[in-house]
Amino acid sequence: MLTDAALATKTDATQSIPPYVGREKPRAPIAKKTSVTKTAAVSKDWTKDLIAIRDHKDQAAFARVFSHFAPRVKGFLIRSGATAEMAEECAQEVMATLWRKSHLFDPTKASPSTWIFTIARNRQIDLIRKARRPEPEELAWGPEEERDPSEALALQEETDRLGKALAELPEKQRDLIQRAYFGDLSHNEIAEETGLPLGTIKSRIRLALDRLRHSMK
Amino acid sequence: MSTIKHHLTDALLMGYSAGSLPEAFNLIVATHISVCDECRARMAEFDALGGEVMMCAETVEMDDRAFEKTLRSLMNESEDVAPAPTKRSVGVFPAPLRDYVGGDLDAVRWRKVGGGVRQMILKTDGEAKARLLYIPSGVAVPDHGHNGIELTLVLQGAFSDELDSFGVGDIEVTNEDIEHTPIAMGDMDCICLAVTDAPLRFAGLIPRLAQPFLRI
Repeated sequence: MLTDAALATKTDATQSIPPYVGREKPRAPIAKKTSVTKTAAVSKDWTKDLIAIRDHKDQAAFARVFSHFAPRVKGFLIRSGATAEMAEECAQEVMATLWRKSHLFDPTKASPSTWIFTIARNRQIDLIRKARRPEPEELAWGPEEERDPSEALALQEETDRLGKALAELPEKQRDLIQRAYFGDLSHNEIAEETGLPLGTIKSRIRLALDRLRHSMK
Repeated sequence: MSTIKHHLTDALLMGYSAGSLPEAFNLIVATHISVCDECRARMAEFDALGGEVMMCAETVEMDDRAFEKTLRSLMNESEDVAPAPTKRSVGVFPAPLRDYVGGDLDAVRWRKVGGGVRQMILKTDGEAKARLLYIPSGVAVPDHGHNGIELTLVLQGAFSDELDSFGVGDIEVTNEDIEHTPIAMGDMDCICLAVTDAPLRFAGLIPRLAQPFLRI
């Protein structure tokens, strides 16, 4: 716990640091009912801020990205089984990696949420799961390749629609997909908890994916 | 490579995207995606889905000084040098597999298994096992079933079994209910990456006795 006094003791080194824009109100987790999905649809496009970080090392943009994404990354990591301390450390590492590797951000290949998820996943595997996950060979995209801004916009729209479709899934299906990404889809566990035979779970996930694909058409 | 007709399942792609697969499974998924544009695109979809799941997770407040701390440590670092983009490999093995073998085909340390079949176990963490298999053309891998999933990715040549035929880039996904006998086909000897999440059990008595020695 930090006291007020501890907060007040800012060192000189922090003077040049742009003001932290403060914590956002935690976004409500996906509601059990679909009535909340409208808020999900009007999400801010973070591409501009990530490009400002990539091209200009823009610290103010980094502050905005940090205050929006870090609490989400931390929540995701805790939900995936990390302790609060591990999640805090790892979320800071994710944000630092985002800054260091900003030259790799290409909005025509991954939307901001997708890109940050892949960083979070990789840091989680390194720092928390201490496992190894080889990456596929890179495609030979030349750096000289022209970036078409309309492609980035289309990708962002697709990603927003995917988020909306996920929020609109029946609760049981959405829950299974979430648990798959939280890494707690141990088949035995689920079978024990729910009494469902394995095949049922597999087919529920398939059903959820089919629904998602259908709503993306 | 447009001739690939056997692809990864949704479950494997989702597990790879979530980062919850054992290392040996990660290796074969990454190796297949390296040569399969269709599964690469599907992987991007699953990464996007992961991003949306993360964005919808309940937020947890960061420490009060988290941003300042992170920024200060970044300011104290020297500039990260961007690594040169890796060229698409020209050998038999895609890059992720080369990392495990320590080179391309000529770096493989084969061990005889019998009947001309050779293998090399690749070092991975966890229960699941990855190995390279070398099957001379016309030779059958001993009839075997297994406890759990078996994935077989063709790297050179082709094989066929009771289910279908498989060429370069194809991945066969079988489970414990299936006893199958892959036979190498065509002019070239067949080289595969095979991953199992539990030891194989061979149908014949001799291979079963030999199993502990083969470590498969």
